[in-house]
Amino acid sequence: MSIQTILLTLVALLLFSYFLGRKRSLRSVKKGRGGDKLHSRPAYYGYMVALWAGIPAVIVLLLWTMFQSQIVTSLTVAGLPETMQAESQGGHGLVINEIMNLADSGMVAEKSDPTLKAAAEHYLRLRGISHQAIAVLALVAAVIGMLLGLRMVRPDTRARNVVERAIVWTMLGCAAIAILTTVGIVLSVLFESLRFFHAVPITDFLFGLTWSPQTALRADQVGSSGAFGAVPLFAGTMLISAIALAVAVPLGLMSAIYLSDYASPMMRAITKPVLEVLAGIPTVVYGFFAALTVAPFIRQAGEALGLDVASESALAAGLVMGIMLIPFISSLSDDALSAVPRAMRDGSLGLGATRSETIRKVLIPAALPGIVGGILLAASRAIGETMIVVMAAGLSANLTINPLEAVTTVTVQIVTLLTGDQEFDSPKTLAAFALGLGLFVITLLLNIVALKVIRRYREQYE
Amino acid sequence: MTATRDRIEATLRKRYRRERLFRFFGLVSLGISFLFLLILLFTIFRTGLPAFQQTWIKIDVDLDPAVLGVDRHASQDELFGANYAKAIKVSLRKIFPDAKGRKKKRGLKNLVSNSAPWQLRDAVMKHPDLIGTTHAFWFLAKDEVDVFMKGRIDRNLPESDRRLKDFQLAWIDKLLAEGRLEKRFNTTLFTAGDSREPEQAGVAGAIMGSFFTMLVTLLLSFPIGVAAAAYLEEFAPQNNRWVDFIEVNINNLAAVPSIIFGLLGLAVFINFFGVPRSTPLVGGLVLTLMTLPTIIIASRAAIKSVPPSIKQAAIGLGASPVQTLFHHTLPLAMPGILTGTIIGMAQALGETAPLLMIGMVAFVVDIPHGILDPATVMPVQVYLWSDSPERAFVERTSAAIIILLGFLVVMNSAAILLRRRFERKW
Amino acid sequence: MTDVLPTMPGLPTGETVVDDTPPMTETREEFDVEIKGTVGAPFVDDPKMSARHSNVFYGEKQAIFDVSLDIGRNEIIAMIGPSGCGKSTFLRTLNRMNDTIPICRVEGEHCLDGEDIYAPDQDPVLLRARVGMVFQKPNPFPKSIYDNVAYGPRLHGLARTRAELDEIVEKSLVRAGLFNEVKDDLHKPGTGLSGGQQQRLCIARAIAVDPEVILMDEPTSALDPIATATIEELMDELKSRYTIAVVTHSMQQAARVSQRTAYFHMGKLVEVNPTNQVFTTPQHQLTENYITGRFG
Repeated sequence: MSIQTILLTLVALLLFSYFLGRKRSLRSVKKGRGGDKLHSRPAYYGYMVALWAGIPAVIVLLLWTMFQSQIVTSLTVAGLPETMQAESQGGHGLVINEIMNLADSGMVAEKSDPTLKAAAEHYLRLRGISHQAIAVLALVAAVIGMLLGLRMVRPDTRARNVVERAIVWTMLGCAAIAILTTVGIVLSVLFESLRFFHAVPITDFLFGLTWSPQTALRADQVGSSGAFGAVPLFAGTMLISAIALAVAVPLGLMSAIYLSDYASPMMRAITKPVLEVLAGIPTVVYGFFAALTVAPFIRQAGEALGLDVASESALAAGLVMGIMLIPFISSLSDDALSAVPRAMRDGSLGLGATRSETIRKVLIPAALPGIVGGILLAASRAIGETMIVVMAAGLSANLTINPLEAVTTVTVQIVTLLTGDQEFDSPKTLAAFALGLGLFVITLLLNIVALKVIRRYREQYE
Repeated sequence: MTATRDRIEATLRKRYRRERLFRFFGLVSLGISFLFLLILLFTIFRTGLPAFQQTWIKIDVDLDPAVLGVDRHASQDELFGANYAKAIKVSLRKIFPDAKGRKKKRGLKNLVSNSAPWQLRDAVMKHPDLIGTTHAFWFLAKDEVDVFMKGRIDRNLPESDRRLKDFQLAWIDKLLAEGRLEKRFNTTLFTAGDSREPEQAGVAGAIMGSFFTMLVTLLLSFPIGVAAAAYLEEFAPQNNRWVDFIEVNINNLAAVPSIIFGLLGLAVFINFFGVPRSTPLVGGLVLTLMTLPTIIIASRAAIKSVPPSIKQAAIGLGASPVQTLFHHTLPLAMPGILTGTIIGMAQALGETAPLLMIGMVAFVVDIPHGILDPATVMPVQVYLWSDSPERAFVERTSAAIIILLGFLVVMNSAAILLRRRFERKW
Repeated sequence: MTDVLPTMPGLPTGETVVDDTPPMTETREEFDVEIKGTVGAPFVDDPKMSARHSNVFYGEKQAIFDVSLDIGRNEIIAMIGPSGCGKSTFLRTLNRMNDTIPICRVEGEHCLDGEDIYAPDQDPVLLRARVGMVFQKPNPFPKSIYDNVAYGPRLHGLARTRAELDEIVEKSLVRAGLFNEVKDDLHKPGTGLSGGQQQRLCIARAIAVDPEVILMDEPTSALDPIATATIEELMDELKSRYTIAVVTHSMQQAARVSQRTAYFHMGKLVEVNPTNQVFTTPQHQLTENYITGRFG
């Protein structure tokens, strides 16, 4: 039975349980078992029985999806000849992959290698059994649950409370997904990173000055990892982010100031949407534009000035990323500036300050924590931005602070390491997770500090 | 007193100059954003609009049974296997008898898209009677011809710098003179999946991929997001450490780089749960996790703006908190929730980086028909095409961007309309 | 601005009003008394500031109706009236603070030493330096005490050297009666002071630019009685050097500190007279109603 059929059957069963529970509740009043009035409206008894049927089945299904692939794979490995078992334990999972690909391709019959063929067939058979088993198991769980639920239908059962408690718990579960996501991120990057640090010493990664993961000629070469020094990547990331912030902070802040303090309502009505449009453009579009227009333009401009500019210069990527961040900075600065009480502004103007003096000497200093928080958030975005740099920055890891040269970034390397056909366990792919861990830690720190600063700033004027 | 006044007056000119300068900087800052947007849109539209047209080429094909290897009474299977490529080749040589030598012959073949034989095959299989006659067919022109027709290849360049050689240009001129070249609206772009040949490539596969991915995202993130927001606003205990922790997590997740979500999807969904790679299902799952913070934050704001008096009235009439939520609070907060959801979905629609991690960057020719078919999405298609060396893909990349921006404009306008229509002051 | 919309609390119905002046209706009387121009003595000889036929609009809404009033040299004039009567708005027209509100429009003639302050060649920056303002809520900048007071002199270039600036700051703090309390803490943030000290800091900040007139918009309404008393004493000392116009909610304050009192009602100037006269023998029915506590 396919998953779809199982789900459909389950839904049908739930509907059935609902009607059964509802009907039984109505009948129970007539018979006067345990009272002559229902505690809740009949529909709630229906929901209650459906919940009793649904929850066990869903739990069974969830457990199955979590563990079926591991179980089936390990059983397949167990069925392999000794020699191949040893090989697949070597940590590459190559054999398993081959078997799976073979099984999925549907061309088992054409394969020549008899062991692989047998293994693939074994794998397919096991998968079939697992599918059958889960269908039976889930439906049995549902029916048992339904029967149990039906026994609970008595007039004095507080069906509404039961149902509502289930709803509140479900909502709590939904809210807890935020925690689960964070935990998932931490665990997934952490585990793979730890495996990476088994292959490559963590000090080499953190302090190494060369990055060239592309030396592995054959995927199955053990220990053929190249140099995994991440310093040039982080330096490149910082360089591009610094350029971006150098563009975005003054322009974004001044835009916010102009819009809130100087622009006429007409002007505001025109410019606000422009900023919103800029904020809504997908980064892949910025990246395309950077590569297609901005980078060649900068190169030509540099040549006209007699400068040697790389065609994938950090400057081009940084500039475009800066433009991308303008709306972000502008809206956060606007929030921060408008949180400053009007009395401050009046106080300064009342002393005979001009508007710009008021802004520069009173408003900006007063709003500084909020603005800084916004800049930190923008920095976190710049560091984690991927598409612009993937499309407009280089691939070679240069350790330089010259914005006219090509540098590469952490995100670019993660993308290059993980796209294309890679073995999942090779140091190359694991390195991507180590980079991801670094990226996550840096942005997490920035975000937490920024959010805290902004929160405290807002509370100060509340 | 007048001394003070004089002193102040002495500073005024300088101060007003600074004031004007400051104001000017503000205007310039805004102007730069404005200018950039204009240049960006101008560039994209200028390069992209030609892609909505496509060059077709008319060839009188001599459907000679001897060349095809079948006659008009052949079965469908035999018709399917007939040698249409040769028929086209022969007919082309008839138009250009001067095509001698290997180089020129290849140049001749490269005028017509390599989809022409299939096109011919479909036509003949529909009307086997055509065999034995000479019939004029319109075929897709090869991308280089197309690019030339749109004036993007300068014929004054030295021959070695051009993809089209001098003799090919001469042929194109001849075809033009005979009215055998025509630009038509590019339907391929909207009906075809991806292809290595620019003239046969379309965004239909990516659009369907985006559609299924967004469907999964919406179906998961909307109920989960609203439920989470409702819990945090209405049911969560105050000053509870766990609730605070959830809040911190949500705010932080909203700022986590999107590529990290891709790593999560790769490690957890694909490698741990065994969700198939490259599918809208896994894409939708990853985008759900990314979109949730946006939806939760917007929904909380919307729920918070429902006045407590309404909730108290419902509670006072004997409704339970859950009933109050479903009967009163959520319906009243729905416009705000929907606005937030649309904005979140628009972000998800434009998201690229995490999808690269989970294999949605694969080259997929077939148009996906479900959430378990391999697929790519619009922004990833943009990325893939932008990486292709062919010139014709540059304009198609821009065209794909125009289409993507079109969808985003529609979604954001919907959000704005919704906000205006249902904006309520309590 | 809170004074835009007039809110008129009516006299509670059912309360018996014993009244021997011409028969008036017991309820809603303030609406029935017509305000025909201003009674009393709105004009003085050689005024420091003057307003003639002043009309102020917020968008479509008129907040001030044809107010004419003089402010004499080195006097304290108090402006009283119920909330929303326009007294704060009028005060803000005198140093063009209303310019900072985009929808606000001012008509009429407003003069400082005989010069029209709304004339095109008049400079609002210079004007606001000459006519200082103290606000309802103490609003020290989030800077040190020293920088708060030095803010204006620095802006206007009033001190050439650090020593001159120190001197201005000290002098201003002394005049504001704050120096002894803060002389050791000049570099601590001004926001750390108590409410009354903050308000005196704001006064020091205003007098540091050596203004000719000081406008005070309910300067004590956010303060406790003891701080209020200190500020009132200070105002009395300041009047020897400056001309002061104070808007106040408290009739006692007006009676204590001012020489003349102007009573505003619904955007109109009802009565202006020497303070003791206003509080003992008001000429206008509305003034009397107000000072006897029938509304406000």
